[in-house]
Amino acid sequence: MLDTGNKYKRSLKQSIDWVLVGIYLVLIVLGIVNIYAAIHSADGVSFFSFDGRSGKQLVWMGTSFFLAFMILFVISPRLWEPAAIPMYLAVLVLLVVVIFVSKDVKGSHSWFEFGPVKFQPAEISKITTSLMLAMVMSRPNFKLSRIKDFLTVCAVVGIPMLAILGESETGSALVYVGFIFALYREGLSGWFLVIIGMAIVLLIMTLTTGPYASILTLIALVSLIYSLEKNRFGKWLVTDAIFLLVMALFPTIWNSILNALIPGASLAMVTEDPSVKEAILCTTNLDFLLLFKPLYLLLAVIGIGVPIYAVKAYREAHPFTWYSLACVLAGVVLVFSTNILFEKVLQDHQRKRIEVLLGLKEDPAGVGYNVNQSMIAIGSGGLFGKGYLQGTQTAYGFVPEQSTDFIFCTVGEEWGFAGCLLIIMLYVALIWRILHDAEDCRESFTRIYGYCVACCIFMHLFINVGMTIGLMPVIGIPLPLLSYGGSSLWAFTILIFIFLALYRQEKKYF
Amino acid sequence: MALERHHKLLIGLGVAAAILLGKLFVIQILDDKYKTDAANNSMVYDVIYPTRGIIYDRNGEIIVGNKVAYDIIVSPREVKPFDTLALAKALNVDPDIIRSKMEYYRKYRSRIGYQAQTLLKQVSPEDYMKFAEIQYKFPGFKGQMRTIRDYPINAGGNLLGYVSEVDQAFLKKHEGEYRSGDYAGKTGIEAARENDLRGVKGYHVYLRDSHNQIQTSYNNGELDKEAIPGKDIVTTIDAHLQEYGQQLMKNKVGSVVAIEPKTGEILAMVSSPGIDVSQLADIGQHYADILKDPYKPMFNRTVMASYPPGSVFKLVNGLIGLQEGVLSPSDRYPCSRGFPYGNGHKLGCHGHASPLALLDAIATSCNGYFCYVFRNILENKKYSSIQESFDKWREYVLSFGFGQKLGSDFPSELGGNIPTSNFYNKRYGRKGWKFQTIISLSIGQGEIGVTPLQIANMCATVANRGYYIVPHIIKDSEGVKIDDIYHQRHYTMVDTTHFQKAVQGMYMAVNGGGAAGGTAFSARVEGLDICGKTGTAQNPRGADNSVFICFAPKDDPKIAVAAYVENAGFGATWASPIASLMIEKYLKGEISSPARKDVEKRVMDGNLMSRVKKD
Repeated sequence: MLDTGNKYKRSLKQSIDWVLVGIYLVLIVLGIVNIYAAIHSADGVSFFSFDGRSGKQLVWMGTSFFLAFMILFVISPRLWEPAAIPMYLAVLVLLVVVIFVSKDVKGSHSWFEFGPVKFQPAEISKITTSLMLAMVMSRPNFKLSRIKDFLTVCAVVGIPMLAILGESETGSALVYVGFIFALYREGLSGWFLVIIGMAIVLLIMTLTTGPYASILTLIALVSLIYSLEKNRFGKWLVTDAIFLLVMALFPTIWNSILNALIPGASLAMVTEDPSVKEAILCTTNLDFLLLFKPLYLLLAVIGIGVPIYAVKAYREAHPFTWYSLACVLAGVVLVFSTNILFEKVLQDHQRKRIEVLLGLKEDPAGVGYNVNQSMIAIGSGGLFGKGYLQGTQTAYGFVPEQSTDFIFCTVGEEWGFAGCLLIIMLYVALIWRILHDAEDCRESFTRIYGYCVACCIFMHLFINVGMTIGLMPVIGIPLPLLSYGGSSLWAFTILIFIFLALYRQEKKYF
Repeated sequence: MALERHHKLLIGLGVAAAILLGKLFVIQILDDKYKTDAANNSMVYDVIYPTRGIIYDRNGEIIVGNKVAYDIIVSPREVKPFDTLALAKALNVDPDIIRSKMEYYRKYRSRIGYQAQTLLKQVSPEDYMKFAEIQYKFPGFKGQMRTIRDYPINAGGNLLGYVSEVDQAFLKKHEGEYRSGDYAGKTGIEAARENDLRGVKGYHVYLRDSHNQIQTSYNNGELDKEAIPGKDIVTTIDAHLQEYGQQLMKNKVGSVVAIEPKTGEILAMVSSPGIDVSQLADIGQHYADILKDPYKPMFNRTVMASYPPGSVFKLVNGLIGLQEGVLSPSDRYPCSRGFPYGNGHKLGCHGHASPLALLDAIATSCNGYFCYVFRNILENKKYSSIQESFDKWREYVLSFGFGQKLGSDFPSELGGNIPTSNFYNKRYGRKGWKFQTIISLSIGQGEIGVTPLQIANMCATVANRGYYIVPHIIKDSEGVKIDDIYHQRHYTMVDTTHFQKAVQGMYMAVNGGGAAGGTAFSARVEGLDICGKTGTAQNPRGADNSVFICFAPKDDPKIAVAAYVENAGFGATWASPIASLMIEKYLKGEISSPARKDVEKRVMDGNLMSRVKKD
């Protein structure tokens, strides 16, 4: 509770990071202003009317301030650490229960409904998981490099993530991937980031250009890193790079050989009409050549290369060679399971969104509609935008979900590049400020929690803005503090103000 | 270390922000595309679709016309609660269809937004009128007029082809020419003359206000553009002959192709089983069923199927023999139920008088005789090796239009296959083959494949005594000029004089008068002077294929027909009556004599489907 009479205590002005609070306030206000712009013509209500979303958001803002006040001044910051485990478990139960009791909203099962009040446990789960992670990792003797501790951390992040995936809220689950940055700060090997980055590259390449190119890229990357690690870059350039180049050209060469030997061979390989195929193949007895695919050669190279390097690794007792080999094999498995992952694990609408993003399918009227319209809205803003309430795209309702997930369109259209720059800089300042304060802390609990908060905000920012400008697939998660919606606003308020309270507690005494 | 990582993360944050800002910079400032798109968004282009050109037959009858139908469009956001039953009754559909559609729109309302959705397709004008009277009760619903294809005569789905909405693959192939939602001819005549038939789209330009309501015509219609209707097409098809051919081929698998020899104009082109015209207008709805049909109705056998030609090919070998000087019309060869070719092998033949000269050999379709002919061609002393003489033979065969695409204006034509000497070199080795190895080619069996269109073209070539004009289906008409290649004569490498012998043999096959009797008496029609040649081609998948080619009248051929019926047995049983009935119908306009009427009835009632192996 409120401490009094300590002579080391600093004033309110000094102990609270007012810069952070200021950025928070500016973002919320900008949010409400833009929500009104997004809905003003469709709903036809006044700014402050509680029938409209801007009015409602004002109410949410008021309640958020109340929550912020309670967290800063009423609830003891010391409570958060011991409360982490029970809160984490309670939210976990809610996350699972909601799958079974909730209504189907656009295919996901993530909302509790009590009459007019709705709330999404996934929003709170970000807070409890951050607290739990901070609690676990700030224990004395905790070391990420120890297997047991590492697995504990994986479980703390992974279990709520799986539950949220079970609710079909892929977007919210993706946010949890961001915790890896906090873990990196606390000593997780940088190779994890490299491997995750590589896996993403492989997935995208397999879907866009096929397994041949992605396996070749895999070999190229691993061999390059391997040679850099062993200081053999020069040798890599001479041998490996040339080999890779030849392999890269091989499919084209093979294709022209085939076409030279069998007229119409490429048609025969792609056609689905058996009579056409027959017509082409009846002129030749070389049709067995069609059975060979360049990919087989690549797999043969791996099949021969991996054992050779395994022997080398064994002789040199060099663990890095083992790791590299494991990476290659895991990569090949990933490439061949990509299609299964893509076809079986993802839901129909998610698959389509990714296909549209990667340009595999064009569908401006269907799935691509949202992204296309959103990019038109933002792109038409130009440098300074069309002016407040002058936007046509958002006002005409071309952009769906304009006050929630696509609020950034309104910013882009009405305030232009300048407005976007301002908003993104505000977020960067917010995150930077949190990281700065976190580094300032003596207690690792506060520091780790601060990093978790920053990661959550960063992931929301990058995914949401990325989605509106066609950098990310359409994943429905809100823009923190800016998007319309009470539960999101509350969640980010609590998330940020718990950190402020923890930070203040330290500042008061030191 | 810790400090370092802290800084690395800050750098990462900067990079991520730079990526977002970079992309924003590109789409907001560098790229103009999104600005023009935004203009398109507030100006509404209301497309006016042109009416598609009409397709006429050679006698001026409409075979494909247009009729009006209505699509019922709904803007889900404008819909107020309504009486589903009344709407369903007016539109003459099951209320559940409307209910499930509305449920779907409700479920995906955020994705649909303000976009209009198609509730029902191709509602008839009668039903639409009933709906229009009470339309005011159903805000958000409206009708959109569309013209769809109408088929007054059943002239065959494979021949006419269908028109359907363009898909992604099609858009990619014709980049810039079509837009999503357009219709295009996909097969048959519709595809062959798509560029003439489609016309040019027009549009009205409207402005939208801030509530997404269409306000006014933009600048008093300054930018509006009228649609230009598609051009009409006159085909070479005789609609009634085509329809008759389809009736004859009902419940049989195969093709009938009829050509006017002098002009190369295709009079009829029947692929059976085919797509019924009743399915064409709304092909999308039937597409799955059509694809599932084991008899592959989508497969246009007339131009795509590659069959061994069978005995009709003996004419070609005979003509080559005459031209090469290794056969003289008076040469007689013995045949005692076949041609022995070593090791006790014998290529069998049916019983007939022996020995025979050329005309009788054609008339009786003697296998043994043509083995001698083919042997003479291949063992010609003029050539140093069998390879050389074989390739010479192949050159002759190709000059009849076999072994390559004829170059017809009908889409998706295939070329069949005539092997080269290399093919046999590879299979048997250079020294490993001789005449006996490929003896089946004497009688049109073995490794050769020809399309029914090519067989008909060969028949027309014989009728013309030595030349053909590439078969085609479009005639010159006002506004549509066909390519000059459809007026040019292609001469074979065989002299005109030799063709007289082939014609005479074909005449005797049908009308008798020779020493040994003909194989095709069943094709005889009093007063028509039909010349014909039967064929029976082995089919590895069941009973033999029945083949018949004929033309008439003998001295001034007006029509040449090839009939190819799968698994129907001897040529004279099915193919010959079908082809001769086609000729009679075309030349006389009707089947008059009672005897011929009986033949017609037997053919039309015949059902050979059970003989055909399904996949």
